Amino acid sequence: MTHQQISLPAFNPPEPGNEQLGMFLYQMQLLRRFEEKTGEMYTKGKIRGFLHLYTGQEACAVGALNALREQDRIVTHYRDHGHALARGVDANRIMAELFGRVDGVSGGRGGSMHLYDVSKGFLGGYAIVAAHLPLAVGLGLAAKMQNEDRVALCIFGDGSVGEGEFHEALNLSVLWKTPVIFFCENNLYGMGVRFAESLSTQIPTLAAAYNMPAVSINGMDVLEVYRETQKAVQYCSTGNGPYFIEAMTYRYRGHSMADPELYRLKDEIEQYRKRDAIEALKQHMMERGMLDEGGWQDVVSRVDHAVDEAVAFADASPEPGLDTLYDRLMAEPANG
Amino acid sequence: MAELRMRDALREALREEMIRDPRIFLMGEDIGAYGGSYAVTKGLLDEFGEDRVKDTPIAESGIVGVGIGAAMAGLRPMVELMTINFSFLALDQIVNSAAKLHYMSNGQISVPLVIRMASGGGSQLAATHSHSLEGLYAHFPGLNVVCPSNSADAKGLLKRAFRDENTTIFIEHTAIYGVKGEVPDDPDFLVEFGKANILRAGTDVTIVGYSGSVHPALRAAALLEEDGIDAEVIDLRTLRPLDIDTVVASVKKTNRAVIVEDDWKFGGFGGELSAQIMERAFDWLDAPVARVSGKDVPMPYNRNLEFAALPSEEDVAEAVHAMM
Repeated sequence: MTHQQISLPAFNPPEPGNEQLGMFLYQMQLLRRFEEKTGEMYTKGKIRGFLHLYTGQEACAVGALNALREQDRIVTHYRDHGHALARGVDANRIMAELFGRVDGVSGGRGGSMHLYDVSKGFLGGYAIVAAHLPLAVGLGLAAKMQNEDRVALCIFGDGSVGEGEFHEALNLSVLWKTPVIFFCENNLYGMGVRFAESLSTQIPTLAAAYNMPAVSINGMDVLEVYRETQKAVQYCSTGNGPYFIEAMTYRYRGHSMADPELYRLKDEIEQYRKRDAIEALKQHMMERGMLDEGGWQDVVSRVDHAVDEAVAFADASPEPGLDTLYDRLMAEPANG
Repeated sequence: MAELRMRDALREALREEMIRDPRIFLMGEDIGAYGGSYAVTKGLLDEFGEDRVKDTPIAESGIVGVGIGAAMAGLRPMVELMTINFSFLALDQIVNSAAKLHYMSNGQISVPLVIRMASGGGSQLAATHSHSLEGLYAHFPGLNVVCPSNSADAKGLLKRAFRDENTTIFIEHTAIYGVKGEVPDDPDFLVEFGKANILRAGTDVTIVGYSGSVHPALRAAALLEEDGIDAEVIDLRTLRPLDIDTVVASVKKTNRAVIVEDDWKFGGFGGELSAQIMERAFDWLDAPVARVSGKDVPMPYNRNLEFAALPSEEDVAEAVHAMM
């Protein structure tokens, strides 16, 4: 479904090959198992605070992040473990962050909702809904002003659309033609409220109203997400301004670990599980002879090993010293 | 030395810094074609072009957020919010992103951003347009809060703000934009953060002000001199970092302290300062620390009522007499 009146340049990205599909499968399974493990660690008290699991939405992260280039930057929402993993942020250090340890990506100061790895262009999970949308416009503006070919991928949920900053950011981004991909993971619920009950129109219609290309895609299909995000990267990196993608997806678990899920039926979850993105890719590959049961078991065991290793690493990492409480409150002033 | 109005000193600082550092650019409401609501950015669009002097939509949260993002990516943006009254709309960006990203990212991200805003009452703009929120911003760890009282400091502090790796809330009192003062010509003239300025040396009482309130403090000192009271007047210049040492050293000498501020007394910065003085100089005090503040009401429009709601030199002198 395309909502834009803007004519897009013809661009058909190449289909991913065997090796790349194998990597997508591995990554999606990694995101799935990593989250299942964090849920387990939460119930054991190893992880505290708020924990928002990404299970069900893996195709969005793996498809979108793999379409980016090394120089591109990412800001995302607080359900951010999957995005960090798909960007190649070290799983061990993500788990250590969730454990609040010194080897965590944010030194144990951020926790689940605030993962950062600047070396990977991963500029953070943002825990105030829609707060990072203007930041993404700033990242895009900077790239443009510095004559650098860098796209900012801004991932947010359907709950962001009601915030003023959503509208301010889209407007500014088009006005200043900044290279930003607005990537909306529409998982149907802003916490427990169905998006249809909190928005008077369709999300891509809003984006199109600000004069940018806006598409709605199947966010349960990693190949579609990958292909459409590649188009967006191509569009943004060639000076056209921002691009909007709504990826229709679904989270299997509650909003956070504290969610009793009184607002949706088990049936609905089962329906979506039948469309599971990992199963779909597995089938796709098996039907084409790219994968057999042995190959799949190999993926599963490699992932299990990586996740166990992440837990062991996190557990072994020390707590930050109390004498570091005030460290890095202020950045050192430059001398011009 | 040149004699400049504060608004012209601020413009000089912007010009010199933009020439020095190509990473600096300005964004804000009516800062370009209009020349700035208080004419601080007048002429800069012509000189630097629209890439570096950007008029924005009226979208405070959005433009502060864009500034944060651009700063994270290595530029040195300045965002002008027209007035401090509108900064409420950008409060989340300032508090949750600008002030915290360095700490939360364990030092990976810095936000070298300057956010300028005009503040203060006295112009009959009534309750929504007369705020003094220096103390509010000083409440948040991770920010610099700068509030000059004169042209030289305005220039030196603003230039210093552009050379900092952190976000600076730069607050300019509207009542003193047109006040002239001597300003050094040296393009490397900087005023360091966290260094209070003793504007008048005295032995009998310490009067502390910041931003616009320095002026009634100075006028009160002149009144008190006629009564044979020798007041020391301190301009804090920056609330974060706060130069409490200079204040405490003065109070240990004079044994009395009066804090003057336009902001509301209840929960205001004067309360913080008073507590710090008592924590560090209790045994030297001959009287409780006094606060002369804005009255605890939304600012009324009527001229006489507005005057009554703001601290005056008579109020300050009266507070000093009461403690002698």
